[in-house]
Amino acid sequence: MQVELVSPEAVLFSGECSQVVTRTVDGDIAFLDHHAAFIGALDIGQTQLWASDGIVTLALNRGFVEVSNNVVTILSDAAYAADEIDVAAAQADLEAARAALAADDDDDDAKAAVAWAETRIAVAGAA
Amino acid sequence: MASGQERILKRRIRSIDATKKITRAMELIAASRIVRAQARVRAARPYSDKVTAVIANLASAGGEADHPLLREPAEVTKVAYVAIAADRGLCGGYNNNVLRATERAIAADAAEGRDYELVLSGRKALGYFRFRNYRIAAGFEGFSDQPSYADAQQVAAAATELFENGCQRVMLAYTQFHSMGNQSVAIVPFMPLEVGDFDEADGAEDSGGGPEGGYEFEPEPAVILERLLPRYAEARLYSALLEASASEHAARQRAMKAATDNAEELKINLTRIMNRARQDAITTEIMEIVGGAEALAQTGGEVDLLSDTIEARTADLFRARE
Repeated sequence: MQVELVSPEAVLFSGECSQVVTRTVDGDIAFLDHHAAFIGALDIGQTQLWASDGIVTLALNRGFVEVSNNVVTILSDAAYAADEIDVAAAQADLEAARAALAADDDDDDAKAAVAWAETRIAVAGAA
Repeated sequence: MASGQERILKRRIRSIDATKKITRAMELIAASRIVRAQARVRAARPYSDKVTAVIANLASAGGEADHPLLREPAEVTKVAYVAIAADRGLCGGYNNNVLRATERAIAADAAEGRDYELVLSGRKALGYFRFRNYRIAAGFEGFSDQPSYADAQQVAAAATELFENGCQRVMLAYTQFHSMGNQSVAIVPFMPLEVGDFDEADGAEDSGGGPEGGYEFEPEPAVILERLLPRYAEARLYSALLEASASEHAARQRAMKAATDNAEELKINLTRIMNRARQDAITTEIMEIVGGAEALAQTGGEVDLLSDTIEARTADLFRARE
């Protein structure tokens, strides 16, 4: 199936994949060839694309996925491959967000920041 | 050996030459930036097309929630304007055109008893409206050269806040980029977002329409739409910022080309005047020497010696030219 990963500033990936795994707000979901038409809102998490030249793992900061006519379109505000992640910056973000969370454990922004930093570190570490 | 006037002219020519070099450099920089800005406009298109298509699919699948961003106002008493101009001048009428159009639109609204709010992008826009004592709800600057999506998010957030707090309509004033030689100021409705737009966009989409079986949604359509609509607003604002930036560079390139051409013409004219002034000075001096020689010859002096002097003096004068 055809996969398009699009951010507001550029098309990040476009090509054939045999499988796509991503995380919607309700949980992980995998798409194989000829998946039923689907629209979902994505959560902060990892997305994996089984491309012809290997598995691409990306950190995604929310977005949307649409599947129709054997084309998977992923729209994301921020998507980084392992080699594009600044681990030091992610680590700094993580500490700042944890500090904010310690001060106010209902802070949704801080929770999201923690999740986003952890995802980036996990993706960078897996590569 | 140059006379006073000649020296002054020479200094002016040198200064014009220096200015010309600067305007020429700015022209070249602007020209290269237009290309980059156009590429950014193109790169941003897939995202906004896809977001539009997904919204259209959601809408057709019955996900049409009663979202505030979609609500048509019964009555409009206050309009917010998002005006996009540049951070810097030296770009001809670019800033003034869009800002004056915005001001006129505000005046037209005022005539119909509608109040205004302003969200400004670009240092020149802030200066313009601040000087005229307008009320400015939010101002952004520093990115008109190369706006990023994060910048668009900020501006969109400010516009959304106004829309949610008292403004029934948000208009977007910016310069559309049609081609290298053709840009025009446009004031287009921004919020509320019109679902009708999405249906049209769906027809233009090349995916061959929606699937037969309908979509599965996760979570339910209304929730997705709620998350998607702000993205759509941001994407639209982002593309407006990018187009405005491409237009800015095009306007600057034209202005700087005109300035370079003018400097060149000025230089040619001044050089001509300077040469004439020097010629005049030389002629006058030769006339004086010849006159003196004539007077001496009449009294029976050494003419040979004098003609040598004249030749040497003339050669001197002409050497001074170089």
